Amino acid sequence: MTSDRKEFELLAKDEDRQILADEERLLDELGVFGEARRRFLGQVSSAGLSVLALQTLAEQNAFAAVGEMENAVLAQIENAVKVAFKVNGAEKSLNVDSRMTLLDALRERMQLTGSKKGCDHGQCGACTVIVDGRRVLSCLTLAATCAGKSVTTIEGLAKGDELHPVQAAFIKHDGFQCGYCTPGQICSAVALMNEAKNGEASYVTADVRQKPRSLQLSDEEIRERMSGNICRCGAYPNIVAAIKEVHTGKDVAQTWQFAGENETAIFENESGKEDAQNETV
Amino acid sequence: MRPFKYTRANDAVNAVQIVAANMRSKFLAGGTNLIDLMKEDVMRPDELVDITRLNFTQIKTISDGANKGGVTIGGLAKNTDTANHPLIRQNFPLLTQAILAGASGQIRNMATNGGNLLQRTRCSYFYDTAMPCNKREPGTGCGALEGINRMHAIFGWSRECVAVHPSDMCIALVALDAVVNVQGPKGQTRAIPFADFHRLPENNPEKDTNLQHGELITSIEIPKNNFAGKSYYLKVRDRASYAFALVSVAAALEMEGNRIKQTRIAMGGVAHKPWRAMEAEKFLADKEATEANLRAAADAEMRNAKPLEHNKFKVELGRRAIVRALTQAMNGGRV
Repeated sequence: MTSDRKEFELLAKDEDRQILADEERLLDELGVFGEARRRFLGQVSSAGLSVLALQTLAEQNAFAAVGEMENAVLAQIENAVKVAFKVNGAEKSLNVDSRMTLLDALRERMQLTGSKKGCDHGQCGACTVIVDGRRVLSCLTLAATCAGKSVTTIEGLAKGDELHPVQAAFIKHDGFQCGYCTPGQICSAVALMNEAKNGEASYVTADVRQKPRSLQLSDEEIRERMSGNICRCGAYPNIVAAIKEVHTGKDVAQTWQFAGENETAIFENESGKEDAQNETV
Repeated sequence: MRPFKYTRANDAVNAVQIVAANMRSKFLAGGTNLIDLMKEDVMRPDELVDITRLNFTQIKTISDGANKGGVTIGGLAKNTDTANHPLIRQNFPLLTQAILAGASGQIRNMATNGGNLLQRTRCSYFYDTAMPCNKREPGTGCGALEGINRMHAIFGWSRECVAVHPSDMCIALVALDAVVNVQGPKGQTRAIPFADFHRLPENNPEKDTNLQHGELITSIEIPKNNFAGKSYYLKVRDRASYAFALVSVAAALEMEGNRIKQTRIAMGGVAHKPWRAMEAEKFLADKEATEANLRAAADAEMRNAKPLEHNKFKVELGRRAIVRALTQAMNGGRV
């Protein structure tokens, strides 16, 4: 148990307690100061604040807390399977319920929440990760089956502060709106580059009998090969541009621009027309 | 998902014995369909035997026996690796195209060939545990027969089940006269001609195939053929990619000048099993490959279609798809 956790439990019994550094930071973030802060502390139960504060604990403390939970959970695991595999280069060893998917193991047991749970049925691609060099759906992969494998998630693509070229290209080309599908899109795109390098075919490849050493992908090819990743915001043109840029190594022109005077003038004219029509009706 | 025991198998004999001993035990390979169905509570095994470490992954030329010169593909080879293997791309491009028409890159990387053969229908009544479905729960009736049946069968259905087989790969395999090799609980093996592997629903729609419980698909053999230059897999669907077929056609031709020496035509999205278009094949044997003949062949096949309330469009779609697929096959894939 961490020392912070102990202090929180003491707090639960002491209304006139001193504020902890973590709580102070939390309340600062919430913008609660002075008298309001004292009132807030009086009204919020200590346990409630502890939970809030726990969420803002330094990462290492959070990990330690989860480690403890894991021991408690382990005793209750039905059909437990011990499995060891690499995640982003680090050896991980887990006891999992046989039902646990790789996605849940990453998100709930390893705090790697970059991989997203979209549909959880293999229809959206948000959970895409790379296993032994191949993109797969982590929502349909049982964690138990991953023994000895090497998993790369969105968290494992950058080298320190240096983004993976596909990550950088997604930012440059605005390849997302809400961002929920983005980790899956990027993992998928990274693996796709290798598939193209290996000369792998797709359904839109004109002649599959010819096997080139390396493929230059058209927009149509990129779209077909990325079709397992759905983007409900519809950022597809920008996603294709980002992938194309990294794939070809050449700048791809951005296809969007801010509306200029001409465009806004058209809009104003059109809305003017509409008004005029409404009047005549 | 309901609890189940997980076992990692290290040899095939052992794996088969474990599954054969328990009617509620299943093999687990790619899991792309089975895990989903377990999440949906449609399938409820109490034991999964993980066979992905077994050594049925080779793809190689057959060096002797009846199918000498053909190719054998491992039951546990991945769909991606099969589609992209040089032997398959060069000699059986129809299979490459059909595999690549299915699912997504991620799913093809996970899915195995044996698992592809055993995937279940995507009929929405089969998936919805609140609905009647004879395939999921024999005796409860068919929700689709009088329900929303736009995606359903136009050939070979029964009043017990109107679901369609979902695979693209299997449509190519039935056209190529493949053979499925399986291993049984006592170590015995048998070879099942592809056309006899899947079943029509009749009175037992709960049985998709003629496999016995515990039998394991070890490999699939494809005999040598002369179709490589003139074949095409056409898939028609609601969106351009990553969707199941409304209608698909695997077409292959062997020509002598403008005369059709031999043709193979199979359809997906139209029946409970991969549908070999025998009427169209028979019509075209030894005929000139004219547009009129292709149309007449398609008519001969689709004449026997029995559409349901919402899928009458599949008859005309199927007719045109046959003509189009044959035309593209003749032109080496081009329209």
